[in-house]
Amino acid sequence: MSKATLQRRPLVKKILEGADDNLLVIAGLGSANWDVTEAGDRPLNMPLWGSMGAPVPMGLGLALAQPKKRVLVITGDGDMLMSLSSLATAAAQQPDNLAIIVLDNEKFGETGNQATATAPRNNGPTDSGAGTDLAMIAKGCGIADSATVREAGEVAQLVKDVRTGKGPVFRLVKVMVEKLEFVMPPQDGAHLKDRFRQALLGHA
Amino acid sequence: MNVELNSAEWKDQIFDVFQDHDIKQVFHVPDAGHSRLIELCQKSNSIRTLALTTEEEGIPLAAGAWLGGQRSVLLMQSSGVGNTINLMGMPKTLRFPFLTLITMRGDYGEFNSWQYPMGQATPKVLEAMGVLVYSVDRPEEVKATVDAAARSAFNGGQSVAVLLRQKLLGIKNFGKK
Repeated sequence: MSKATLQRRPLVKKILEGADDNLLVIAGLGSANWDVTEAGDRPLNMPLWGSMGAPVPMGLGLALAQPKKRVLVITGDGDMLMSLSSLATAAAQQPDNLAIIVLDNEKFGETGNQATATAPRNNGPTDSGAGTDLAMIAKGCGIADSATVREAGEVAQLVKDVRTGKGPVFRLVKVMVEKLEFVMPPQDGAHLKDRFRQALLGHA
Repeated sequence: MNVELNSAEWKDQIFDVFQDHDIKQVFHVPDAGHSRLIELCQKSNSIRTLALTTEEEGIPLAAGAWLGGQRSVLLMQSSGVGNTINLMGMPKTLRFPFLTLITMRGDYGEFNSWQYPMGQATPKVLEAMGVLVYSVDRPEEVKATVDAAARSAFNGGQSVAVLLRQKLLGIKNFGKK
C-alpha cells in the first residue's frame, strides 16, 4: 500500500467549509478535536477531551434526536478501534442524517505515535499492526455506504458524501502522520454542552 | 395476591413513568427482568428503543440525545454495570441528566456464584462515580421510586441509578430447588 498523502487539517477544513446551523459536529478526543477546532471553534461543535470510544454512540443519539439536522462524527483510528461494535448499534438504526469520518494515520497520536491495529503487518518491531480495515468493518456491521479515501482527487466527492449523502455514511480517510500544533477549544464539558444546546435549542 | 400479575403491573407502571417524563430514547441489552418493559417501549410510537452491543454505549447515547434535546433511559443488569464505569464520568463532566434502571443479580438468594462479584460491587462502583443510587425491593414502591429518580435526573440534573433488587424480581434458579 502506498504511503498516505492527505493532510488532516486542510481536509477537515474542507469537510466543515460553510458549516451552518444545520451541521452538528462531534469530534473525538485528541487530534480530531484539534483538527475540528482549527477549522473554526463554533457552538455546534462538541469536541471531546476524553471519553474515548464515545463519539459514534454520541453522534447516534444526537442524530436520532435531531433527524432534520446533519450530524458528523469526526474521529481517529484509535478511538474508532475502541468502539467497533457501536457501528453495529448505529447500523441497526439506519439514521439517514449521520456520517462518520475516521481520519486514519495508523497511529495513537496523543501517546507518542504507537502503531494502531490499522497499521500494516510486518512493519518492523515497533510499527506493526494488523492491517485492520475499518471501512470493511463498518460495511460488515451493516453500514452499506462505507468506503476508503486516499487521494486528493477524491476529496470533493468525500465532502459531498458526508455533508449530503443518505446516511448512515462511513468514510475511512487515510491521512499522513504529521506533527501539528495543538489548537484547543474550551475544555469545560458543561460549558461545551450548554453552548451547543443554547445554539441548537435556544436554551441550555 | 397473584405474583405474576403484580410483576406485570409494576413493569407497566415504569412504562407509564417514562411517558410522564417524556422519555424519547430507551437503550437496552437483552434482559429477562426488563423484557416486558422493553417490549412496551418497542411497541410505543413515542419512544425509540435501541439494542446495544455493550452497556457502555448507553452513556454517550444519552449524552447525544440530551445534546439534541431528548431525554433517555438506560436499562441494564448489574452484570453490565462494570462495562459502563469509565464512561459514567461523562454525565459528571458534561453535567447532563442521566437515568438508568438496573435489574440486580448476585443479590438476594442468587444461585449463580459468577454473578456475585459485580452484583455486590454495583452500588459501590456507581457511588464511586458520583451516581445517586435508589433501591427498591417492594412492588408497590417501584412507581414512586422510578418517578423520584426521573425527577432527580431531569429536574435536578443528577446521574441516578434505580436498583430493582432481586427480592423484587424473584430468585432465578433455572429449575433448581
